[in-house]
Amino acid sequence: MKLEMRDQPGQLVAALQPISAVGGNIIAVIHQRETPAATETLDVQIVLELPEGRLEKLLELLREQGVNVVRIGEERLLYECTMIMIGHLMHTDLSDTVDRIDTTGSAEVTELSLVMPAISSPSSARITIRSTTRDEMKRAIRILRSVAEQKHLLIIEPLEDA
Amino acid sequence: MRIAILGFGSVGRGIARAILAKNLDITVTGLADSRSGIIDPAGIDLAAALAKKENGGPCGGPDVGPADVVAKADYDVLVEVTPTNVDDGEPALGHIRGALGRHKHVVTSNKGPIALAYPELRDLAAANGVFLKYEATVCGAIPLIHAMQEGLAGNTISRLYGVFNGTCNYILTRMAEDSLTYEQALAEARELGYAEADPTYDVEGIDAGVKLVILANTILDMRTALDDVERTGITLLTPEALRLAEDQDCTIRLIGEIVPEAGVLRVSPRLVAKAHPLVVEGTLNAVTVETDLAGDLTFIGKGAGSVETASAVIGDLLYIRDRHVQGS
Repeated sequence: MKLEMRDQPGQLVAALQPISAVGGNIIAVIHQRETPAATETLDVQIVLELPEGRLEKLLELLREQGVNVVRIGEERLLYECTMIMIGHLMHTDLSDTVDRIDTTGSAEVTELSLVMPAISSPSSARITIRSTTRDEMKRAIRILRSVAEQKHLLIIEPLEDA
Repeated sequence: MRIAILGFGSVGRGIARAILAKNLDITVTGLADSRSGIIDPAGIDLAAALAKKENGGPCGGPDVGPADVVAKADYDVLVEVTPTNVDDGEPALGHIRGALGRHKHVVTSNKGPIALAYPELRDLAAANGVFLKYEATVCGAIPLIHAMQEGLAGNTISRLYGVFNGTCNYILTRMAEDSLTYEQALAEARELGYAEADPTYDVEGIDAGVKLVILANTILDMRTALDDVERTGITLLTPEALRLAEDQDCTIRLIGEIVPEAGVLRVSPRLVAKAHPLVVEGTLNAVTVETDLAGDLTFIGKGAGSVETASAVIGDLLYIRDRHVQGS
């Protein structure tokens, strides 16, 4: 998101504090002094991760600090879920398994580690899926479950939700 | 208090040893194993019965059977600790009905009758003005049922999950520790007496599933059967899968889970952070209960074993004695 704040000492810290207060995670802060000298404000771009549903609260807190939010950028993939698959992963077309998640458009496989101990024995893989919302993650897991059933793979899901 | 014991295997002998070792004010007036039985209103010599059994003999005479003990012995509480039959609960189910019908309290460690026929048995006990207690059916020594029925009374339980099978937990612990294959870890568990010759009941998640059914039906007001439990065992797990989990500071445990509102009953291997309180070693059991008032509670303890399971039975016996049995 792009923020506009008064160009005074302590203002940047005041703008960042509410982010951690709502459980957000700051990924990058871009601070450019290119604004016209006539204005007394400072533009700052912040890349951050927020738990679902906290954006409104953050905007409210920022307003209280006297910070204007100029622009809110696009949502990225915020939910992550790591699972383990066991079975004949290559023989059952691993790239198709991955595609079935990726073609949803809202969730994607971002990491895959594969161990194949011997040609005839089952292989094991750790798969990480990311999605924009919790519901999309649930949908991706449902898809993976049905693919696993079809291909006789064992899926080991995490104890806790994404 | 006078009790009759059906079943003189690991649990039955554990109870006998505890009664001998401690001054519990319990007299055993009836005793039966699968081949024999004794009825003695004056009190059975438990030390002698234990000695006979440990020399490979029957505990009593061949002319007395379990049904005779149930129908004829003079007792306040029937202690039914025979092996579990998950198909029809028999012969334990019939014996429990018989005792309740005689206005006798029943304490059991037998999962079959409780999982299959709890509503009927509860009503029968109530109609006869007696208690039916079954703490030992779930997680051995952990007083989970008592905690949920008494200590957490008034709480709404939103989720309950944990390690309900010590055999599987031992196998998974060993696979993670020393990169053993499933077969190697199972063989080791058998050698140590943690796994049966036919391990299906444990490793396919049936045992854990039956425990979920018992908790669901007796405490969470659900009406479920073993077939309602979505069940995946641990037989297909690989050492590589455990290593992939380890790379993320996680491990794999066979987790039984109930989410009452969603109607979820599930037993499956799950990825769990190694720092999670449910990640217990060896044959231990661990259960987390999520409640609205008390927050989350985790119970950890021995889920099986002779004296450990006897502890749960004795807890039930003394509960009944303190609340009901007169003139014992």
